[in-house]
Amino acid sequence: MRHTPLAFALTSILLVSAQAADASTDPQIAALAARIQALETNAQTLQKQAADALAAAQAAQSELQQMKATKQDQAVAEVSAAPATGSTGASLNAFNPAISIILNGLYVNHSQDPINYRRAGFPLLGEGGPKPDGLQLGESEISLASNIDEKFYGQLTLTLASDGGQTTTGIEEAFIETTALPDGFTARAGRFYSNIGYLNSHHTHTDYFSDRPLAYQAFLGNQYGDDGVQLRWVAPTETFLEFGGEAFRGENAPAGGAAHSGVGAKTFFVHAGGDIGIENSWLAGASILHADAVNGEDGFSGRDNLYLFDLTWKWAPRGAFKDSGIVVRSEAFVDDRKGVVIDPNDPDALAQTLDGKRRGAYIEGLYRFSRTWDVGYRYDKLWAASSGPYASDFDPQRHSVAATWHNSEFSLLRLQLEHDEPQPHFIDNVLTLQYQVSLGAHGAHKF
Amino acid sequence: MRKMLVWVLMLAAVISSPAQAKLRVFACEAEWGSLLNELAGDAIDVDVATNALQDVHVVEARPSLIAKMRKADLLVCSGAQLEIGWLPQLLMQAANAKVATGPGNFMAASQVTTLEKPASVDRSAGDVHPDGNPHVQLDPYRVLAIAKALSVRLGELDTPNAAKYQTRLGDFETRWQAAIKRWEVKAAPLKGKAVVVHHSSWIYLLDWLGMHEIGSLEPKPGVPPTSAHLSSLIDVTKSGGAIAIISAAYQDSKPGEWLSERTGVPALVLPFTVGGDDQSKDLFGLYDSTIDKLLGVLK
Repeated sequence: MRHTPLAFALTSILLVSAQAADASTDPQIAALAARIQALETNAQTLQKQAADALAAAQAAQSELQQMKATKQDQAVAEVSAAPATGSTGASLNAFNPAISIILNGLYVNHSQDPINYRRAGFPLLGEGGPKPDGLQLGESEISLASNIDEKFYGQLTLTLASDGGQTTTGIEEAFIETTALPDGFTARAGRFYSNIGYLNSHHTHTDYFSDRPLAYQAFLGNQYGDDGVQLRWVAPTETFLEFGGEAFRGENAPAGGAAHSGVGAKTFFVHAGGDIGIENSWLAGASILHADAVNGEDGFSGRDNLYLFDLTWKWAPRGAFKDSGIVVRSEAFVDDRKGVVIDPNDPDALAQTLDGKRRGAYIEGLYRFSRTWDVGYRYDKLWAASSGPYASDFDPQRHSVAATWHNSEFSLLRLQLEHDEPQPHFIDNVLTLQYQVSLGAHGAHKF
Repeated sequence: MRKMLVWVLMLAAVISSPAQAKLRVFACEAEWGSLLNELAGDAIDVDVATNALQDVHVVEARPSLIAKMRKADLLVCSGAQLEIGWLPQLLMQAANAKVATGPGNFMAASQVTTLEKPASVDRSAGDVHPDGNPHVQLDPYRVLAIAKALSVRLGELDTPNAAKYQTRLGDFETRWQAAIKRWEVKAAPLKGKAVVVHHSSWIYLLDWLGMHEIGSLEPKPGVPPTSAHLSSLIDVTKSGGAIAIISAAYQDSKPGEWLSERTGVPALVLPFTVGGDDQSKDLFGLYDSTIDKLLGVLK
């Protein structure tokens, strides 16, 4: 295009000079005329080229408009080249583990002094006794969890608890777990809660009641956790099927004394579960805890085979448990012991042989009638041995009801009433008010 | 016990040996299940974890889902922390390294730019998502961008069928682009119109159609509507000239109806995802139904 005016200028100059040279020789004029003709053709070509360029520009413009119409497409897709992970940033804190904190406080009122609390046929174990009267801090915990690298995940849970006016800190869980084993295997090592039963592997802050069922209190001292290793395997089946085994140090009840050079307890567990339609889901399990105790907390030395059976059923309209639904859960325990018992509180006590079974079970139901409210009922029963050092004619039982208000997923207030009959003619009515909140990282809860 | 372990290992060997020929995909939400169907048809097996009548923010980590996750070769979810309350638990329990990270882990929201990404997060602001609003399925341009990325991913994981996935993507893109034209023409009267929403899950749709939100039934994201907050919305709804109070099929319709009675503005339940109503049988139906229902309140 730029050449066109130049060509015209040149042509006009030549024309002027041609006129000026009118009188000169004919051959010169003929040559000039030929050149002028050539230049004119050239100019025409250039004009045609310019028109072509214009058309091309118009085409480009319409294309541009088309692209503008789909600019959103470009804009939304632009990140696809970037890595799919969340926030980047050079901060050293970028790799900090996820921190979640559970705060928990209680007001408890017993109709009987907790100091007089005895459970017929079942010595109190671990934290498996009644909570003290009055205002108190419940178990508050801090949990740190993160992937360690491409093969390991790690978690540390520290607890702060009030114990007779003293604040105690403890390592509740500290374990590493594999994330990259093939074929559905997962291995874990460290301190953790055993995967036996249903509630045992669940932290107490996910419970529907402010305390554990009697069977957990009586046979596991509330919850069995210890230092150990775990291997579990999920089968590639339509129905959920999980098998696993654990070996533990055997320091905590119902084991004790870290027998067998510090491998004093072993477990094996199977869990199965599935859906029936879209509204019903179930989870069932059978587990065994084989523990060897040497001077255990309750004075027992010998072997303890504890069998646990659990069943959970959840129903929710349309499968949406957030707004309403029902949960029914039951666990049954059979505790089979063979060994001797020496009363730990009496230095002169003689060893008494123990060979027998004790049983325990609970059934609980939770009805969630709105996103913010649920009510629950639980019935507990323990069946004492008929002979031996723990013999009792009386079987302890307890009724509990709880109403819980959830402001959000992260906070709840609970009112719980219990009617506990741990021994004949001893009825303890307990009122518990509880708050429980979770701060920090959003925990994903198990079924 | 040792004997039992041997049995378990043998059982494991027997059950896990037959290799599944088809790629198995675990889709967290129905919209991605439908998209996978468009992109792969019967070349893959798809398990959809949730349905349109469930709130995907809060889903139980059910055993059946663990079993499905265990067998998956690819996980397709919205991401941006939408499924944070249950997906990490499923991944942990399913022990399937293939989908935990890497190519087997596909998060739709990570393939596009998200809106409403907060500069800072605090739970007092409700259930906010640090990675932006995860409900990207109602912007057709984003869906197309996700489809392209997902098709590539399918091809990477299942190379023998890569050509097939590419052909199907081309076919989907043609139909989808044509549908976008159709929807945009049809939805033109909605431009500039205001709505009151139940939860902040409509931003992508409203953005696309040139509509805007003037209020939310939830006082804060994820916090259930309170009567005080609903009362405060009466004036806003009237003066803002809202054409509808919209909620998703899974949400409680009562708060919207309450406000509707007091303002005369219709309460409108939109499908939100595939399966949310009879017409929303696939992604195309989802958009058709959503636009039809919005246009319906204009008349």
